[in-house]
Amino acid sequence: MALALASIVAMLVGGGVWLLLRPRSWSVVLGLTLLGYAVNLFILLSGRIGSRQPPLLLEGAGPIADPLPQALVLTAIVIGLGMTAFLVALALRGVASRGADADDADRIGEGPIDHHDAGDAE
Amino acid sequence: MSVLPILPILLPFGAATIMLLLGPDRLTAQRVLALGSGVGGLFAAAALLAVADDGLITAYLLGNWPAPYGIVMVVDRLAAMMLVLVAVLALGALLMAIGGSDAARLDGKGRHFHVLFQLQLAGLAGAFLTGDLFNLFVFFEILLLASYALLMHGPAPAEEARVRAGLIYVVLNLVVSSLFLLALALTYASLGTLNLADVARLLAVLPAADAALARTAMALMAAVFLLKAAVLPMSLWLPQVYSRAPAAAAALFVILTKVGIVMLLRLAVTGWGGAIATAGLLQPWLPVLALGTIALGTVGAFAATRLAEVAAWLVLVSSGTLLFALGFLTPRGTAALLFYLPQSTLFCAALFLLAGHVAARRGALGDRVTRGPAASGRGWLLPAWGVAAVGLAGLPPLAGFLGKLMMLQAVGSGGWQGPWWTVLLLSSLGVLLVLSRATGPLFWQATEAPLDDLPAQAGVAGVAPQLGLWLLLAAGVAMTVWAAPMSDFAARTAAQLFERQAYQAAVLGDVPVQRERRP
Repeated sequence: MALALASIVAMLVGGGVWLLLRPRSWSVVLGLTLLGYAVNLFILLSGRIGSRQPPLLLEGAGPIADPLPQALVLTAIVIGLGMTAFLVALALRGVASRGADADDADRIGEGPIDHHDAGDAE
Repeated sequence: MSVLPILPILLPFGAATIMLLLGPDRLTAQRVLALGSGVGGLFAAAALLAVADDGLITAYLLGNWPAPYGIVMVVDRLAAMMLVLVAVLALGALLMAIGGSDAARLDGKGRHFHVLFQLQLAGLAGAFLTGDLFNLFVFFEILLLASYALLMHGPAPAEEARVRAGLIYVVLNLVVSSLFLLALALTYASLGTLNLADVARLLAVLPAADAALARTAMALMAAVFLLKAAVLPMSLWLPQVYSRAPAAAAALFVILTKVGIVMLLRLAVTGWGGAIATAGLLQPWLPVLALGTIALGTVGAFAATRLAEVAAWLVLVSSGTLLFALGFLTPRGTAALLFYLPQSTLFCAALFLLAGHVAARRGALGDRVTRGPAASGRGWLLPAWGVAAVGLAGLPPLAGFLGKLMMLQAVGSGGWQGPWWTVLLLSSLGVLLVLSRATGPLFWQATEAPLDDLPAQAGVAGVAPQLGLWLLLAAGVAMTVWAAPMSDFAARTAAQLFERQAYQAAVLGDVPVQRERRP
């Protein structure tokens, strides 16, 4: 169980970091989202995952899951959602003012990219 | 229990909520509320300082839940001092933002300027007050989200550059927030608590076998705070962002780097103590990086073409200076740090406001350091510039000199003395050269050409923005006049920080709650 979750976290972080390093702001947003998922899973893991520990306090149910990481994850999800929303708004503003979603394009010589997102933003 | 400890958070939160209810069109009411909250915050912080200076550590239990389980606000000398500093800065920045005619006032540029400003104040106060690491993350996010939005206020011509700088700033901080969360998860996994006092207690008795995980967590957390403080390999974002921000927001942003430094100080002194798990986490590389940061900031200030850019690079110099003193974790170095921090913050913020004043008076030239037409109101800008420059360069009449002297002495005569004295003194000389070089083009060598496009921006000439600038400068100068009590206070604050048992007892009670150890 822990190994499976750890592998998922590793894959999400790997994909997230790769996307973060792309030159377009849209990939960066996606990368940050993946990174956020990975972090949330990781926090959940920090409370020691077990298959026979319900997150409920039942009479005679034995050990229960640690409730604190769940509360932390909830907070982290809400904050992450707000931040991502702001980032998307900011990236769209950048698209609107530059006419292209190319965060670093001028630096690496790709030139402005013409695709549909730019049109939608305006 | 008195509600005083939580007042610095509640006041701006309440003000922001009422402003939202009033709606963005009632600007006068918003300004009155903002100023009221600012003055009220200053009084609350001063009252807390008076309480804390008796040596008392006040723990405010939210919802009266006992400490390791509930969230706790802790007021000690350090927290109270930082709250007062935030309140003074906030008043200066607010006065700058509200002044002037309708065309030029900053708070008219965005519909929710004052709401965001108050939320940022709430986040700052919370970050300094909280005794819980996850709660610290939450307050960090509040102040960051407010700062992202404040950054976007400003004159339209620089819009594209500002969005670009903002995007970098936001992405960087989101990645760092993820790192912060990972650090918190690791802390909880290894120690089973996120309360700073409890972390300190458990770290000290952590078995060596479990040390690696806790060490990783603490190293990650230190990295997060160091990025906020813009230490060398992670400092290039700062000049771009701060120099693009509107003057009033930039003045408040100066304290954001100090949040990182103060939190690292608290984590390292109060949290780590002498625990084996965290031994050698800051030494010897932090002093090296700090010296590099000072050098980078000085060189960058030489290359800067705008006054706001100069100010932004000087923020880096200030960060480096403070972090070097932090790296050794001695009471003496900490006292020097705490004496130097407020005035360095005040003068850096004043320079940002000054850049705003200069930009508003020179039309299209803005705050570029080139010869241009004579700015109106240069008669009173010049003395302000003089005070700010002397304060920033650390020249004798002002307390910056004393601060640097304490910094120089704090290292003692060990192996660090040579590089430290060389870098700090050369950097002071560099800052002095940069600032005196800028004086000519900005104030003295006026060309005769008229300012054709001035009226659009002349609004900042109101009384309030001048008052804001002079408030910050006066606070900086006051630190010179009362240098002896201030340095005594810094020494007392440092001594209190190093009494780790007292902090733990105040937060956790005399008999900490016992918990079963998890498998």
